[in-house]
Amino acid sequence: MANTQPLDDLIKREYKHGFFTAIESDTLPPGLNEDVIRAISAKKHEPEFMLEWRLNAFRHWQAMQQPTWAHVHYPAIDYQAISYYSAPKKKDGPKSLDEVDPELLRTYEKLGVPLHERARLAGVAVDAVFDSVSVATTFKEKLAEKGVIFCPFSEAVQKYPELVRKYLGTVVPPGDNFYAALNSAVFSDGSFVYVPEGVRCPMELSTYFRINAASTGQFERTLIIADEGAYVSYLEGCTAPMRDENQLHAAVVELVALKNAEIKYSTVQNWYPGDAQGRGGIYNFVTKRGHCRGADSKIAWTQVETGSAITWKYPSCILEGDNSVGEFYSVALTNNYQQADTGTKMIHIGKNTRSTIISKGISAGHGQNAYRGLVKILKSAEGARNYTQCDSLLLGDKCGAHTFPYIEVKNPGAKVEHEATTSKISEDQLFYCQQRGLSAEDAVSMIVNGFCKEVIKELPMEFAVEAQNLLGVSLEGSVG
Amino acid sequence: MLSIKNLQVNVDGKSILKGIDLEVKAGEVHAIMGPNGSGKSTLANVLAGREGYEVVGGEIWFKGRNLLELAPEQRAREGIFLAFQYPVEIPGVSNVYLLKAAVNAVRKHRGLSELDAMDFLTTVKEKMKLVQMNEQFLYRAVNEGFSGGEKKRNEILQMALLEPALGILDETDSGLDIDALKIVSDGVNALRSPERAMVLVTHYQRLLDYVVPDYVHVLVHGRIVKSGDRGLALELESKGYGWIESAAARA
Repeated sequence: MANTQPLDDLIKREYKHGFFTAIESDTLPPGLNEDVIRAISAKKHEPEFMLEWRLNAFRHWQAMQQPTWAHVHYPAIDYQAISYYSAPKKKDGPKSLDEVDPELLRTYEKLGVPLHERARLAGVAVDAVFDSVSVATTFKEKLAEKGVIFCPFSEAVQKYPELVRKYLGTVVPPGDNFYAALNSAVFSDGSFVYVPEGVRCPMELSTYFRINAASTGQFERTLIIADEGAYVSYLEGCTAPMRDENQLHAAVVELVALKNAEIKYSTVQNWYPGDAQGRGGIYNFVTKRGHCRGADSKIAWTQVETGSAITWKYPSCILEGDNSVGEFYSVALTNNYQQADTGTKMIHIGKNTRSTIISKGISAGHGQNAYRGLVKILKSAEGARNYTQCDSLLLGDKCGAHTFPYIEVKNPGAKVEHEATTSKISEDQLFYCQQRGLSAEDAVSMIVNGFCKEVIKELPMEFAVEAQNLLGVSLEGSVG
Repeated sequence: MLSIKNLQVNVDGKSILKGIDLEVKAGEVHAIMGPNGSGKSTLANVLAGREGYEVVGGEIWFKGRNLLELAPEQRAREGIFLAFQYPVEIPGVSNVYLLKAAVNAVRKHRGLSELDAMDFLTTVKEKMKLVQMNEQFLYRAVNEGFSGGEKKRNEILQMALLEPALGILDETDSGLDIDALKIVSDGVNALRSPERAMVLVTHYQRLLDYVVPDYVHVLVHGRIVKSGDRGLALELESKGYGWIESAAARA
């Protein structure tokens, strides 16, 4: 009796951020070998230790195989066909917004990220990454007063080599996995944050990523260190222009929380997902990991993932310090032919460590959404507790939701809870809302946002609104 | 207000309504009665614009507009309200959120300003008294875990808030105990007005003891076979549907 037409129509909406900015790029020819890595390192005037570190990672990578265990399918990637460095051309680094290429600023305008406006009005320091090199950094001085370092990674390598050397690769080692090794060898830029002992970072730190320049992989490297008793909230938001061929993105994010420190890391990811037929779109193979190194530390990951053709991502927490806390709140939405294999790993090592996992997967169209999570409680983790809630929402009858929970408990006193549900948006629910005057589109958006609200409420306010809008936009049409 | 002419409707290729004629004027309350499977709920759903009902003949005019050309949400905004026989649960969406979204969608359509959270709460609390609902129902998920009576009261609350021109109550009395039936009926009676019409779809006449209709129509096998006043409902109560079905078969 029911008919899926209104939902089908809903799903089909064009990607809003599809445009291409014509900016001269300084791009290396495609291919990857030690010479390319030396060239990247030289272009960035890196100290010797960084070059050695990259070369070491490259040697690891050469011996590794692309992982195949994830529930995603895509044609083999030719890593020699990718260009590993692309930077907007510039004479000297811009010292203020006036020096930034106006074309680039217009790109941000179109994305709804007016740098100066946003920075001034919202009090947010924006470290804007355009392709691979950071071009504008604001509010640096205010942060500097508190001793907070927030700068492009490449700048940190120049200015704070001892901090970089001390922490880089200590959470995600260069040989950790195929993509992390690749990133370690060729990473171009990213963000570096250091919050000194006892300092509460006075503002949310935010980075907007943008992929441009055709056939250029993007290899971001982010390192955030919260020293003892420090607090920082970091926002990561992404959009990318419309593009036909697939683009590889293999980022690495490392978080280090020392004793009593807290790091909140929030992501809204809206990269180009490919068209309605599944052509194009970003391959998002990301390694994100936090290390609660000291006692009473806390790391919380919150993510709303609506973009990318393929997502392979498991923001994780290593809970080493006693009483440390790891949290993972996730909304992953797949529409059309998007595929996502995402989840988290909570590794309990210290005593009385606690972790919470709230995962919301939404599948529409032909989307495939897998939750993959590991809760590992070591023998040493006396009194450890985990709570996992894993919910799936289906729109239509051509999509899929999959759950792969792994639980390893070596300490008999640990408490691990796992709850999972799967539900569908039914035609009856839609009609009910329509009969009350709501459009089908608004009804889907309302139901989806209701489904996700436990995660959305973990986001900082302005991000939460953006995320809600994004969920509405990303869903056009499916139920059955 | 509502004019149905020779309406014929198929469901899954099967003929359910075989030529319905019905005129409903502002201020009137019409009861549609009939045995199970006679097409009562089909009529209610077609008026609201539900998918899966194929109109193969006839016309429906509502306030001078061709209703069949309007999407379900447009009909709602124009003033058609359907109180569902089985109100659906929407986990995660709070009742107050849906109510506010609905009220503002309708207000916007009528050229009124949208109510902010404070004004809306004042309004909704006032209307809740009508159906004796506790404020806590506002913050629970839509119909989730509501008892049968609570769901039906919630429907009447929505009708009170949306102030429709035409309220269609589909088996609103089914599954209600006598106390709940009384509360729901009181709510419905309070909403009767010279500007508003109501169509009550019901199998039993007991609802009509509380909400007294102006007209009663008996639907059998997809046709209105008899129309009358309240006395007809009482006659059905004592004789059952059998006599009228055999009369219809003879005709």
